[in-house]
Amino acid sequence: MGGVLTPVLTDNWDAERSWTLASYEARGGYGALRKALGMAPDDVIAAVKDSGLRGRGGAGFPTGMKWSFIPQDNPKPKYLVVNADESEPGTCKDIPLMMASPHTLVEGVIISAYAIRAERAFIYVRGEVLHVVRRLRAAVREAYAAGHLGQDIHGSGYSLELVVHAGAGAYICGEETALLDSLEGRRGQPRLRPPFPAVAGLYASPTVINNVESIASVPSIVANGPQWFASMGTEKSAGYGIFSLSGHVQRPGQYEAPLGITLRQLIDLAGGIREGHELKFWTPGGSSTPLFTAEHLDVPLDFEGVAAAGSMLGTRALQIFDDTVCVVRAVLRWTEFYKHESCGKCTPCREGTWWLVQVLARLEKGQGTAEDLDLLLDQCDNILGRSFCALGDGATSPITSSIKHFREEYLAHLTHGGCPFDPAASTLFAAEGAVR
Amino acid sequence: MIDETTYAELREIAARYPQPRSGLLPMLHLVQSAQGRVTPEGIEACAEILGLTAAEVSGVATFYTMYKRRPVGDYLVGVCTNTLCAVMGGDAIFERLKDHLGVGNDETTDDGKITLEHVECNAACDYAPVVMVNWEFVDNQTPASAVELVDDLRSGVERHSTRGPRLCTWRQAERVLAGFEDGLVDEGPAAGPASLAGLTLARERGWTAPAAGAEAPKEVE
Ligand SMILES: Cc1cc2nc3c(=O)[nH]c(=O)nc-3n(C[C@H](O)[C@H](O)[C@H](O)COP(=O)(O)O)c2cc1C
Ligand code: SF4
Ligand code: FES
Repeated sequence: MGGVLTPVLTDNWDAERSWTLASYEARGGYGALRKALGMAPDDVIAAVKDSGLRGRGGAGFPTGMKWSFIPQDNPKPKYLVVNADESEPGTCKDIPLMMASPHTLVEGVIISAYAIRAERAFIYVRGEVLHVVRRLRAAVREAYAAGHLGQDIHGSGYSLELVVHAGAGAYICGEETALLDSLEGRRGQPRLRPPFPAVAGLYASPTVINNVESIASVPSIVANGPQWFASMGTEKSAGYGIFSLSGHVQRPGQYEAPLGITLRQLIDLAGGIREGHELKFWTPGGSSTPLFTAEHLDVPLDFEGVAAAGSMLGTRALQIFDDTVCVVRAVLRWTEFYKHESCGKCTPCREGTWWLVQVLARLEKGQGTAEDLDLLLDQCDNILGRSFCALGDGATSPITSSIKHFREEYLAHLTHGGCPFDPAASTLFAAEGAVR
Repeated sequence: MIDETTYAELREIAARYPQPRSGLLPMLHLVQSAQGRVTPEGIEACAEILGLTAAEVSGVATFYTMYKRRPVGDYLVGVCTNTLCAVMGGDAIFERLKDHLGVGNDETTDDGKITLEHVECNAACDYAPVVMVNWEFVDNQTPASAVELVDDLRSGVERHSTRGPRLCTWRQAERVLAGFEDGLVDEGPAAGPASLAGLTLARERGWTAPAAGAEAPKEVE
């Protein structure tokens, strides 16, 4: 029988030297690869389809379906690119996975590349995580030495080359088409779609781009079967996922559970909200997903449940803020992030995020007027749906949702002539009196 | 001057890819490692190897925040001031370090040891507030611990990442990002305590994923 938490991807993270090939193989690692190599590639795709796995990078697109879009009659080489750029504020699951168990990802890459018949694969990892880059490279080196990568893998006739590629600091490179431009050695700016990457991706060739956690889930599906995977989670959101709790909970961290678990359950597992405080607001899936409040504690955290409640499951980046936190300060800071990270390609986002910061900053200082709230909503309206990529859309989420839930708090800045909150009270070391 | 060894290594990076231009980002990391920043000679070298113009290479280098046009200290200290870390203490840490070091954002101390900057979310929010030193994690910091950290780094006391190895210099780090291993992979833990929070609980309570083949079909199916 399963439990409330269902460690699969996290299950070996407490093993001695879990990042090494020896440790991974001692627990059955690369068994799924051998099984997959004995299957027809289309059967591997079918298994992933049947499992119901949906992309873990944010949008939740069915992974097996994405793979089946690769035109196998196209004579060009096929590519698999793993999106390991993890930069959406709050998201912190792929980095610990690659640090503790890079071989789970490498095994997933080989099986997935075999399924789509790619002979080259890339892991595009954000550059700002040095030790993760070390662990990935060492894992790839070990996998080559063991014959899991390279020419004629285990006598199957299938060959794969895998390169770990470090980025150089740009949130937009997590957007899949910007990532491809970046991987081609260019400025990372999104591409017009169609053509979709499945048809013309890297080097204008058929390309699958998947998130780290999506690809890392593949070995378990192949090893245990699609029904096993689908036995966890909910009808349309199958399987397990890593939920990342950060902020004002007693035990922040990674909690791997079936999709559909609630924040109430997760906070309980994490030991509750910080002593003496209450939950005020939270992000279900990173800063680009509309904020929730204590009203939403029982929303099932699956794709449908969160969408029905007006937000998005995103990356399950649950950032928890208690009653000491000023929502205006939080939203302004995220908005500054979007302004900084806007790639500049389209006007609504490039100019719009700049204006959003202007208006929010004056509100935060208590210098605006009540009409500024409507101005903000109007600006958001001009960005949402009019931007070239989802970064611009995401920038509006914290603003519109916070005005919806906390209009009074914005107005309080005006009557108070500034922020009514003490920033020291929200810090981790507030209790130790380290700041006051 | 870019020496012959570096030239050879730049070519080696380009050769990892089906199309050499894909090597440009790691090549620029190598330029930073060899030269301490992205220099005009470094740009020329990349351009020459890849058959691009210097302007094309510059256009790429200026897009990414990790590429520096001014010299960086031995230790690039990045304080996360994205919302979650800021609220948990990142803002206070950044202010304290600015005061203590007497430098502003993206500035280097006179002794050339520390470059201070604020960074965006570094995918370590469960360890907030987070400080990065040469892109290694220093988790769960306070203003006092961050001051101790930079003081140690300035005076040559060896420090370790909380989830990684002993801290090397920024130029050594840039070499790893360019794709050259440094032998430190086995230092540091597999995971920090927050990464293990759920797993630890599951072990205590005997929770596991269902056994393969033993699954009860879901009610909806
Ligand atoms: C601004 C922006 C940033 C993104 N960052 C990431 C990221 O860091 N990692 C990721 O896997 N997906 C990211 N995505 C989503 C990707 O575009 C893409 O949907 C995803 O990698 C597909 O993988 P999946 O189907 O396995 O989820 C981002 C999207 C946008 C618009
Ligand atoms: S929405 Fe923003 S990030 Fe996306 S293309 Fe436009 S300017 Fe660039
Ligand atoms: S907000 Fe600081 S690491 Fe995510």
